[in-house]
Amino acid sequence: MSGEFDIELPLLLEAIHLKYSYDFRRYATSSLKRRLEQALEQFGCRSLSALQERVLREPEVMRGLLAHLTVQVSEMFRDPGFYRALREKVVPYLRTYPSLKVWIPGCATGEEVYSLAILLREEGLFDHTLIYATDINPEALRKAEAGIYQLDRIADFSKAYCEAGGRASLSDYYTAGYNAAVFDKSLRAGVLFSDHSLATDSVFAEVQLVTCRNVLIYFDRVLQDRAVGLFKDSLCRKGFLGLGAKETLTFSSHTAEFAEFVREERIYQRR
Amino acid sequence: MGMPALTPPAERQAPAAILVGGSAGAIEVVALLLGALPVGFATPIVVLIHLPRNRPSALIAALGGKCRLALREPVDKEPLAPSTVYLAPPNYHLLIDPGPSFALSVDEPVNFSRPSIDVLFQSAADVLGPRCAGIVVSGANPDGARGLQSIQEAGGQVAIQDPDDAAQGTMPEAALALCPKAHVLPAKEISQWVQQLSPWQTWRQGAR
Repeated sequence: MSGEFDIELPLLLEAIHLKYSYDFRRYATSSLKRRLEQALEQFGCRSLSALQERVLREPEVMRGLLAHLTVQVSEMFRDPGFYRALREKVVPYLRTYPSLKVWIPGCATGEEVYSLAILLREEGLFDHTLIYATDINPEALRKAEAGIYQLDRIADFSKAYCEAGGRASLSDYYTAGYNAAVFDKSLRAGVLFSDHSLATDSVFAEVQLVTCRNVLIYFDRVLQDRAVGLFKDSLCRKGFLGLGAKETLTFSSHTAEFAEFVREERIYQRR
Repeated sequence: MGMPALTPPAERQAPAAILVGGSAGAIEVVALLLGALPVGFATPIVVLIHLPRNRPSALIAALGGKCRLALREPVDKEPLAPSTVYLAPPNYHLLIDPGPSFALSVDEPVNFSRPSIDVLFQSAADVLGPRCAGIVVSGANPDGARGLQSIQEAGGQVAIQDPDDAAQGTMPEAALALCPKAHVLPAKEISQWVQQLSPWQTWRQGAR
């Protein structure tokens, strides 16, 4: 399959870009290929050319494909050490601002948004904070805004919340229903969920903190540079950037514009 | 003094990476393999052992003392470097991207596993073709079998720990079912097999 697949792949991505303006042309190849192979199975297409035919003519196929091509699943307080470092080392700086703006690009279904909202509330910062939670997938944004998560995931979330230095019990923030936990509406009082693409859109606000974790791993180096450039341009001087545990600015063209702030948790500070 | 030709025979192209996958009972096998490799063994080695999620990898501590090569968890986009052993970090899929360099993903687990051996091996087979070698060792689930098959189909060398020699035979048996022509080896012979994959490198080391 691989020979033809490699030819059809850039053609499909070009078609998606021309028709829908979603730009996956600079996504990391290996993960993209895996996801497209899964999409071929789901849509019952024999080849990417066949999928392309449908994507161009059936917008609902594009909607389905978007779910395959964008990350859907995150965890609350993933890598508790990161959140502990935010609480202990970054929050003291954030306290010095009269009002705060935070950007969470690639927020997917919102697990990270609620994690951060809870942390900021416990630190007394939430009431004067505006969080921009952005993603390219409207379906994911709807889920993020709803803040409803499967009950069987909550045990892991609670454990991580405690390890992250949570001051209360995670159950204080949600109502458990039959099969799902519904997070408290007040947690999204200061959250603006919005469509934004790191591949095609530009800077829209000045912020003091960007957390973008396990999003850049899906981009190639050119697109990573574009995204980090946006983070750099939206961060105020001495603002903070949090990345995923295995993401680094080492290979970025913007590396000189950031200082390592908490090295082991991948928290950087804008110079 | 005349130097012998340095070009290896074309049909014995040295791999650009050697990949090892395992689960329960694999740490001992990998420790034996790494401990037997000489200083300066050049081909990058990528080790993926299933570990509990959300726990910092204890593998570096477990294997570091026994290995004469540099040993670390790769970060995203890191190029594969010679004389280095890479350990797949827990709770991410590890893949090979063109370069070759490492790529990571937090996509759904495959075979209930993240990292999954199939994901790593299939991406390596796709990117490196015949220039990669795969080994499946002890483990209690069938992850890795399809990935090893992909490496074999791409023309790469494949080996499997003898299921009778493995602490857990499920993983090597599943691999053997899909790759019946693979080299079947007891744990103590795997390092020898790995070294003959890169005969030129071994020769150069020996000549120093």
